[in-house]
Amino acid sequence: MPEPTIFELSKPNRRGIRYPKPDVPEADLPRDFLRDDLPLPEVSEHEVIRHFTNISQYNHGVDIGFYPLGSCTMKYNPKINEDVARLPGFTSIHPLQPPETVQGALGLMYELQEWLAEVSGFEAVSLQPAAGAHGELTGVLIIRAYHRNRGDEKRTKMLIPDSAHGTNPATSAMSGMEVVELPSDERGNVDLEALKTECDDTLAGIMITNPNTLGLFDENIVEVCQLVHDVGGLVYGDGANMNALLGKCKPALTGIDVMHFNLHKTFSTPHGGGGPGSGPVGVVSELAELLPGPVVVRTEEGDEETPPFYDFHYPEHTIGRVKAFHGHFGMFVRALTYLITLGKDGLRDVAENAVLNANYLRALIKDTYHVPYDRLCMHEFVAEGEWEDAPDIQALDISKRMMDFGFHPPTNYFPLIVHEALMIEPTETETKETLDAVAEAMLQIAEEAHEDPEKLKTAPHKTPFGRLDEVKAAKDLILTTSLPEDYGEA
Amino acid sequence: MYTPHTDADREAMLEAIGVDSIDDLFHCLPDRDLPDLALPEGMTEMEALDELQFIASVNESTQELTSFLGAGAYNHYIPAAVDSLLRRGEFYTAYTPYQPEISQGTLQSIFEYQSLIAALTGMDISNASHYDGATAVAEAVNMALNRYRGRRTKCILSPRLHPQARETVHTYMMGSDLQILGEDLDPEGDPEDLISLIDEETALVIVQYPDFFGQIHDYTALGEAAHEAGAMFGVHINPIALGLLKPPSEFGADIVTGEGQPLGIPLSFGGPYLGIFATKKEYVRKMAGRLAGETVDDRGQRGYVLTLSTREQHIRRERATSNICTNQGLMMLASTIFLSLLGKEGLRELALLNYHKAHYAAEQINTIPGYLASPGKSFFNEFVVHCPRPAAEVNQMLLEYDILGGYDLSESYPGMENGLLMAVTEMNPRYEIDYLIDILAEESDA
Repeated sequence: MPEPTIFELSKPNRRGIRYPKPDVPEADLPRDFLRDDLPLPEVSEHEVIRHFTNISQYNHGVDIGFYPLGSCTMKYNPKINEDVARLPGFTSIHPLQPPETVQGALGLMYELQEWLAEVSGFEAVSLQPAAGAHGELTGVLIIRAYHRNRGDEKRTKMLIPDSAHGTNPATSAMSGMEVVELPSDERGNVDLEALKTECDDTLAGIMITNPNTLGLFDENIVEVCQLVHDVGGLVYGDGANMNALLGKCKPALTGIDVMHFNLHKTFSTPHGGGGPGSGPVGVVSELAELLPGPVVVRTEEGDEETPPFYDFHYPEHTIGRVKAFHGHFGMFVRALTYLITLGKDGLRDVAENAVLNANYLRALIKDTYHVPYDRLCMHEFVAEGEWEDAPDIQALDISKRMMDFGFHPPTNYFPLIVHEALMIEPTETETKETLDAVAEAMLQIAEEAHEDPEKLKTAPHKTPFGRLDEVKAAKDLILTTSLPEDYGEA
Repeated sequence: MYTPHTDADREAMLEAIGVDSIDDLFHCLPDRDLPDLALPEGMTEMEALDELQFIASVNESTQELTSFLGAGAYNHYIPAAVDSLLRRGEFYTAYTPYQPEISQGTLQSIFEYQSLIAALTGMDISNASHYDGATAVAEAVNMALNRYRGRRTKCILSPRLHPQARETVHTYMMGSDLQILGEDLDPEGDPEDLISLIDEETALVIVQYPDFFGQIHDYTALGEAAHEAGAMFGVHINPIALGLLKPPSEFGADIVTGEGQPLGIPLSFGGPYLGIFATKKEYVRKMAGRLAGETVDDRGQRGYVLTLSTREQHIRRERATSNICTNQGLMMLASTIFLSLLGKEGLRELALLNYHKAHYAAEQINTIPGYLASPGKSFFNEFVVHCPRPAAEVNQMLLEYDILGGYDLSESYPGMENGLLMAVTEMNPRYEIDYLIDILAEESDA
């Protein structure tokens, strides 16, 4: 039974909160500017709590069950991070306070910059970008500024492998670049021959996701970067899949010049139902002065008696800010807590177990679900959700049926180079027992696909909602609701 | 411990994979002998908590200081119910609702958010939010440029649009040939001065309401001038002010953007916040960002899905107008809960409380020789104080009394050395305002 909307719960004169009476004399109101009507709902606090608690029950989350959404790294979000981020010393500081009053916050940002730099091998990090796509935009603007500052205006070609992240082409276009797609070779690497033919003096760079969205580490990454560098281009790394590399490989050492991190993937800050993310950007030293400002610097080292002093700094040739203030500070607190809790060994442990889990699940299902590019994967792998002898079944049907077993489906239909793709990223925080149960369910679903396809076509059966009509939604375009016309009339 | 495997688990799993060791799984890495990271050993939860509590305690928060800082981030009371709901794992450990059958909690909250923002701004529709107010403004510029498909290449930004929002527009537009006008007009001039800049090449005119100086203007003439030239008109709002003030739709706004932080989101040193973006229904296909729409499921139940995704980056690839893929999920939820709790009376009451307190403070400041607070202007909860000496010095002096005085306007407006932007909210009891006045008067005598 669906929950009514908050507008349907509304009744005149109900209140969810009261404010104190003014303790100052009342001023004249700006008569010309007063609004006649404010058509917001009126509900009590208890109704608000019950309403949102009720709708929350219709969600699947990492706290509830397996959530193998490929390239999204739906790992466990530690509870200590949530507690710490809510300390008043973090939540109740204003972004424009003088630096001497926020040394804790600035020091924390500095530490996080340093940790991210060490993990990735980059020289400098800006924490400002708000999300992965925002970090990408920042990175590509940095590449653009780099060429432009050298008077090299003709470099507007951006190469994007067909196994890269879906946002990459839009990011490049938004930054005024022309996108050229590169094919993958038979091992799932960037096709080197195709790359060579595009390497000329109009090349701005390449946007590479490594491990790529097939979950494969590009075996030629060093050569790819070298080829691009040789003709004066730069290499952008999409760090969404960094989880596989922690303590194992530093992207900067493979030749990547600029990369974004996803604090909400690799560093356990919660996905929040679609945000807020956080997408810091790391760069090699030649690009450090182009980073969006401000970044945090340590202006005084400090000694046994005096603590160090931290301040904001605008890089000399900064591309400018990419949002207001300093970035998603609340996410920095969570990410740093995660990092210091894990330490160097814990970080490597994350990568090892993430890769172990993905390969294990792949091994359990690959005889039933065809896995193209059959080699060891990193943190995720892509299987095909189709069989010649079950012609009606698509990846989507398998996904919907997985919900009946209490699992979130994998990412569907991405990457585009695999037919009916099921992109599966278990993450390191899942147990062997869970992976066994998932494999068992997927094998059962494959059997059903052949023997009782209707069961998949009409799935899910056990969730509170069945398949939703997306065509109707796009046709009707009901995007808002409101209080009824006769609201308040007895 | 966040990773669960026992040694026995690992052995069994490696065997199933058909390799001998974990190292074998990483055979394809170019540098197999990466030295250990130069980082410390991990801490226990107890130790980490201790460390972070210490770091937090080094900050002087607005709970310890008396704060009159605003300038785009405001100290408001957050009802307990907001965070109580945000801490539900069902909400915060979910991701973008790609699978609507098991994401109705997130989808319905997006739908309700869109509805509440539409009601508040007077616009037809809202998206599911952007990263913050500044990026919402940049997306508005993007949308306007796309609407005219490059035929119009000018955008006019009011000098009293948040300086960081303007800076963000410049960064976003680095790769385009957009001309940005208006910012160098006299910041204390008339908003209608912008009219002279509007022409047939103008795609968008954006103003702020209340503006960055806290002032309230009638933008009717400006909106009409923009429309006469065939341009779009954008208004950047403070959502709390709309509890009292008429919505920007009444000035003919085509796009309404805003910083949603005042709607139940903590200051948190600048983020995460919430980018409000609302527009007219006719522009729905030009708008970036996520959008939830009502539909039914195969059992006939009302439900919601992400809709019009053909506008988005993962479908349109390089032809998409923006690369945004998520929204500001949990912050959007916070504002939805906040607006639901306050409702029509609560939001009006809150807006009035802010209004009266700010006017009391301004009036009192005007009794101090040498200080002049927002003379002859209508304002909401923030105002410019012309000080007898540089604002930076006044701030420094006030800090000695544990007061965060305000925003030094010379940081964004070089000619306004003595300009101090002060905000007063429901979080400032009268005694704090009186304390500020006492200190300013005392120091002014000295």
